[in-house]
Amino acid sequence: MSLTVNGLQVYYRTLKGEVKALDGVSFSVRDGEILGLAGESGCGKTTLGKSLIRMDGRMRHAGGTVELDGERLPIADDARMNPYRFHKVSLIPQYSMSAMNPTRKIGKMVGELLRSRGVKLDRADLEARLAQVELPREVLDRYPIELSGGMKQRMVMVISTLLNPSLLVADEITSALDVSTQKAVARALAGFRDTGFVKSMIFITHDISLTYQIADSIMIMYAGKLAEKAPARTIVTAPRHPYTRMLIDSLPEVGVRYGDKKLSGIPGSPPSLLDPPTGCRFRDRCPLAFDKCAEEPPALEVEPDHFVACWKA
Amino acid sequence: MRQYFGRKLLVYGLTFFVAVTINWMIPRFMPGDPVASMLARARVSQPEAVEAMRLYYTNLFGFDQPVWKQYLNFWAALLQGDFGISVWVFPTPVSTVIMGAVPYTLGLMIPAVLLSYFVGNRLGAFAARRKVLDNTVLPVGYVLTAMPYMWLAVILAWGLGVVAGLFPVAGGYSFAMRPNWSPQFVGDLLLHWFLPFSSLFLVALGGWAIGMRNMIIYELESDYSNYLAALGAPQRLIRRYAFRNAILPQITGLALQLGVLVAGALVTEIVFSYPGLGSLILKAIQNQDLFLLQGTFLFIVLGVLIANFVIDVVYVVVDPRTRTGMAGASA
Repeated sequence: MSLTVNGLQVYYRTLKGEVKALDGVSFSVRDGEILGLAGESGCGKTTLGKSLIRMDGRMRHAGGTVELDGERLPIADDARMNPYRFHKVSLIPQYSMSAMNPTRKIGKMVGELLRSRGVKLDRADLEARLAQVELPREVLDRYPIELSGGMKQRMVMVISTLLNPSLLVADEITSALDVSTQKAVARALAGFRDTGFVKSMIFITHDISLTYQIADSIMIMYAGKLAEKAPARTIVTAPRHPYTRMLIDSLPEVGVRYGDKKLSGIPGSPPSLLDPPTGCRFRDRCPLAFDKCAEEPPALEVEPDHFVACWKA
Repeated sequence: MRQYFGRKLLVYGLTFFVAVTINWMIPRFMPGDPVASMLARARVSQPEAVEAMRLYYTNLFGFDQPVWKQYLNFWAALLQGDFGISVWVFPTPVSTVIMGAVPYTLGLMIPAVLLSYFVGNRLGAFAARRKVLDNTVLPVGYVLTAMPYMWLAVILAWGLGVVAGLFPVAGGYSFAMRPNWSPQFVGDLLLHWFLPFSSLFLVALGGWAIGMRNMIIYELESDYSNYLAALGAPQRLIRRYAFRNAILPQITGLALQLGVLVAGALVTEIVFSYPGLGSLILKAIQNQDLFLLQGTFLFIVLGVLIANFVIDVVYVVVDPRTRTGMAGASA
């Protein structure tokens, strides 16, 4: 087991009270596994990604543990977490377009960053990695503004994985890209795993169809909790949780003309996490809800590697 | 690159032309007659003599010609480096009078602008990262920057000059001394220089410190700072990058502020009777000295334009993005 997350709770401090963005999530990621993390906005997927590497000032670690390669990560302690960052856990951020200092040449910035982490820049290795994502080595002598969006994205991917981290968190990295670039980026990420630049990866997205292409398993979150986690194929072909089912049903299918048949969505919106309802959080929108849903369903392993948090599963 | 500077130079040339034209117009539209005031100063009582003198002066300054011709003559003379003759200290050439005052103004302006800029930026950057410093620097900065130059000058002159008696309150050097390079004279010069310098320095300092503090806080929240922090880069590196990026708007700010700074320096000079261009302008207005006035203005315009051009060049050096734009490359 590369990563084991156990009952992780992360709350946001706000003026109105604590927003329970992540309320007891448990899962694990194996070595060499790519976990796709999907769900609608506000379900806690970015919060989970941030908690694993760097919590911002408003976040509070309220409970639960994170273990990476058998070591417990001090995620609540910014200073003690620092040695793990970049070396063990790394991040490809949502904002790759503006992630590099605009007034430094990229090569110089990478050198300064590595030196500050006590690593010497291996120029040949860096160039080999650039070649793998089809970037010319000249990009190192350019400023970020001289690169296209897709190039910047790939450059950030190379920088983030330079120290061969054990876990890579890729947070919504394809949202700002066009479809053809999305596919190239997804393939490059899988390539990183195959060449061993990263051991395992959490790929956060709201695009299930893209996740399905590269992820080994997919985890669906809803309102700060795990809804379902299973191998990618199972999630798409045989989902058990009503939320997953409705989510998959709301995707357009190839070969179907939607002029006659209306694409179904999920009526309603997620509950407020400031004061979440008791019991199953999907209850109000769920067509299958019954009395027992007033009790919170545990995430049970219904088949090997298939976890579902639903009484009807 | 060449195209960029070519365009810049053209704009500066145009600005210079317009500014010089306005400089020429302003004194001429001022109420009062410089020749009449010279005649009054001469205290000649015979009407024929007065008439002869009037003719002589009018002809000397070219006032007998039509206005458009005066304007053309002015440009012709200007291009030959001839600013005309001063009315106030007749018959000294205006250029000589101005050259006597320029060292004082530059000696005041350059250190005040540069020092306040560097110290203010450093101070602001420091304030952005320490709560205690932030809570003190910020209010003090606001008070300083909101203060009119001459008001702070008056307060300093009164407090440190009149009450404490530490510094002289008027003049560029003691009236009992003659300018030379002896240590006593240089010391005396510095003593007279200190108060006008301080008032210019302090007012400008507040503005730079506040601007830099806000910029640094903004930069530390930016994406590249967050990314570096997520990769565990030390605060030292992140702050260095933030400072480098935060200084860019401050450079633009310096270019924008130059005119205000010059105006502030002129008023401050008047408060301290400092023998620079500011005092010269006051004398020129009081004595209806058109030529001295337009010469001084011209000099100031030239100075501000040159300083702005230097800042343009500096900006190109420090911000790679302007260079990309120049080459016509798309981002």
